[in-house]
Amino acid sequence: MSTSAPAQPTAPAAAAAPVERSSARPVWVMAAFAALALLLFGGFGPAGSSTFALSGGGAAVSLPDLPLPGRPSGWVIGLACVALVVVVELARRAGRPAPRWAVPLFAALWVVGFLVWVVAGQRISLVGLLGGGLVLAVPLVFGALSGVVSERAGVVNIAIEGQLLAGAFLSAVVASATDSAWLGLLAAPLAGALVGLLLAIFAIRYLVDQIIVGVVLNVLVLGLTNYLFSTVLSADRSLNSPPGLGPVAIPLLSNIPVLGPVLFNQSVIVYLMYVAVAVVHVALFRTRWGLRVRAVGEHPRAADTVGINVNRTRFVNVLIAGALAGLGGAMLTLGASLAFGQNMSAGKGYIALAAMIFGRYSPKGALAAALLFGLATNLQDILSSISTPVPSQFLLMAPYLATVLAVAGLVGRVRAPAADGQPYVKQ
Amino acid sequence: MELALEGITKRFGSLVANDGIDLVVAPGEVHCLLGENGAGKSTLMNVIYGLYRPDAGRILVDGRPLELTGPGDAMAAGIGMVHQHFMLVPVFTVAENVVLGHEPTKGPKGVGLLDLAGARRRVRELSDRYGLAVDPDALIEDLPVGVQQRVEILKALVRDAKVLILDEPTAVLTPQETDELIAIMRQLTAAGTSIVFITHKLREVRAIADRITVIRRGKVVGSADPSAPENELAALMVGRSVSLGVTKAPPKTGEVTVRVRDLVVRDHAGTRVVDGVDLDIARGEVLAVAGVQGNGQTELTEAIVGLQDAVTGSIRLGETELVGLRTREVLDAGVGFVPEDRTHDGLVGTFSIEENLVLDRHRAAPFAKGPALDRTALRANATQLIGDFDVRASGPEVAAGTLSGGNQQKVVLARELSRPLQLFIASQPTRGLDVGSIEFVHRRIVAERDAGTPVLIVSTELDEVLALADRIAVMYRGRVVGVVPADRHENLRDVLGLMMAGVPEAEAVAQAAAYPSEVEAAAADAGDDPVVTT
Repeated sequence: MSTSAPAQPTAPAAAAAPVERSSARPVWVMAAFAALALLLFGGFGPAGSSTFALSGGGAAVSLPDLPLPGRPSGWVIGLACVALVVVVELARRAGRPAPRWAVPLFAALWVVGFLVWVVAGQRISLVGLLGGGLVLAVPLVFGALSGVVSERAGVVNIAIEGQLLAGAFLSAVVASATDSAWLGLLAAPLAGALVGLLLAIFAIRYLVDQIIVGVVLNVLVLGLTNYLFSTVLSADRSLNSPPGLGPVAIPLLSNIPVLGPVLFNQSVIVYLMYVAVAVVHVALFRTRWGLRVRAVGEHPRAADTVGINVNRTRFVNVLIAGALAGLGGAMLTLGASLAFGQNMSAGKGYIALAAMIFGRYSPKGALAAALLFGLATNLQDILSSISTPVPSQFLLMAPYLATVLAVAGLVGRVRAPAADGQPYVKQ
Repeated sequence: MELALEGITKRFGSLVANDGIDLVVAPGEVHCLLGENGAGKSTLMNVIYGLYRPDAGRILVDGRPLELTGPGDAMAAGIGMVHQHFMLVPVFTVAENVVLGHEPTKGPKGVGLLDLAGARRRVRELSDRYGLAVDPDALIEDLPVGVQQRVEILKALVRDAKVLILDEPTAVLTPQETDELIAIMRQLTAAGTSIVFITHKLREVRAIADRITVIRRGKVVGSADPSAPENELAALMVGRSVSLGVTKAPPKTGEVTVRVRDLVVRDHAGTRVVDGVDLDIARGEVLAVAGVQGNGQTELTEAIVGLQDAVTGSIRLGETELVGLRTREVLDAGVGFVPEDRTHDGLVGTFSIEENLVLDRHRAAPFAKGPALDRTALRANATQLIGDFDVRASGPEVAAGTLSGGNQQKVVLARELSRPLQLFIASQPTRGLDVGSIEFVHRRIVAERDAGTPVLIVSTELDEVLALADRIAVMYRGRVVGVVPADRHENLRDVLGLMMAGVPEAEAVAQAAAYPSEVEAAAADAGDDPVVTT
């Protein structure tokens, strides 16, 4: 062995760096939210009780309504939020990481407080709120998963919007023409993958800027579907009257109070979504394929030097990503039992992209973010039908405002895959 | 196994990077490939590793021709490579990096579930066998470069490499880490692995090579015995006899005009990358900051010039406090700065030489005429400086980005040294340059010192530090471990090497006396003067 200086010379005094405390910024953000909770939900809380109906239509077990007194609930929740801020700050002062449950619990409490406040003495159905939110979240989840699969391999997928729209269109047309919702469901991922193929060819083969190709594809799909809608589909209405894939109750599971009807009395596309999230998560983090994909997205040259074909990996991933987003498009038509309408995706692809980033490029995170966005949209829909002190425009805006603040303050800088968006050229 | 190259030729456009190269690497030998920066060593190795397709010639393994379509083929043939810029995914663990592309799997066939426990076991097994201590679960981004290099070697070993190519492996190591690497190489060759060791450092070649092949301008110009004198090797490598080292007079040190006190620089994450640094620089001396890349040297120079945001403490230049000033104000106070990345930070590649030469002074007379540039003045200035600094270019209107590295650096130097300076800072002034340019840059730096300017040099090359410095400050993890006058210790190189790993001076002196480094010993055995080469 070495005849020279001992291996790994030790560095006594010089190495002893002072213990670094983590940044105080998340605590300040939490404190601000806690103060807002006290002020808004407590101080300006509604006088009456906000009532949440726990039994949805068709639930096997009938539960009583849950009334929450407005102002007192607001105070309790506000104080609980303050307590959590103290917990996190104490952990920070001691140089320990905050307990893992602290921030999620804080967020959950805050959402409950917010619900009590906006419902303001009225009655809403909790099952309707959650179930409807889930339905609205499905295209976002598929879109965000599409983004994860593509961007983890290093290709920016702005074309999610176009892939959703293409999936919605083709699934509706195929289902109408064949009178089979299942064939329509098969067509949706194909349509998305086709858009993905174009993205892959231009971005990977011809090295065109990925963001520009993505945006162009979105415009292309929008124009094409609008054209076909106003010509072919208008001329023959039978091509745009698809059979739907309505809710299917899963035996036993759907009987669970509250969660049963929310999670397990849904369209088959929703069940596909559960599977997709689990499969993408396992594939990305537990398999050989996933390790290679992530290597390609982080350090393509390193992947190349160990014999991984970088551009083929990316090509395949962009196709898979397109198929996933296309499937999400089917939820807009088949899942909702609706005919195709112009610009049906209405920006959901971009929201999905935001959910992917908010979810830190992970399937689980993307799911959580998409669910939050879906829930917020549904809440706004529900509240606009009851009278609430809050203007509906504000409610529409609130979840995104909260997201921006939460991302900036709590999530911190989201690290994209290091080679995301950069084409790989062999020397 | 025996690896042989026959007539390998590789062209990039009109440039012939490899020109009919023949080379034989025998089993179990350390074959050094010696050549200057840009001689075509790395190109040749990338050909062997299947990253470049040769335009002519063939590769033989044990006499059989080898057809390479990519690195996968090379690895299958038993060729492994440790790249100069490590090919490691920073956010992966050691085990994940080692098995990438070669992953053990478990569970049902076709699913390909990763067997990370198996990967960890394999890493432990190999690191035990060859004495390569690494933690399989550590993230690459948390590891020092010396350990990252071991991971790269493990990557090759896990694929049963019989020929291991090490591309400039010591560029990022302290002398002691280099010794550890040499010990690892001995273990490998004892086990029958051949090693191709690429370097431009003569000193190391003598310590480890069994055979030496010298490459110049893409051609094999000769082979040499490890016992050949250093200046002979240098002459072979450069193509003419070279003076090794800089001749410089003893410093005429004047008053201290630069005072850095308790300087702290934080990075974006809030970490103290410069952590309470105190430094004095006097007129007429060169203070060199030595240290392994990434120990705060870059941030220190950038803080002085005003390129870092989160800076506390004090930097006084005469009576002027530099902390808090904008970069333009710092430059106007008389600070000249050669940044470490010349192509990225030192020049605007698409601008002409004459424009680059006035980047810092184009606002005022004589180069500005009202709101417009005075092109005549620019041209006159450029013509003058191109002559003075021996910039080889077809004219002052040539885009700076098209120049060779040496000529680019001369343009940067010409700009920074052509105004009166109160402090001159040069970061990695000769990284990647050919020997001729290195000589020129070093002479200019010494001339600036002799003109009475305080000079601050940052270099990760100990040879360069030793060639230029009057005093040496060693940085480790953002702190100055110690400041050593260049004439204090006999075995200064060993002492500095230990200090670069954080060992305080007194302890480093004791350790260096007890365990002289192998490279030093080899140099001493050959009876050479401890000449300095870069």
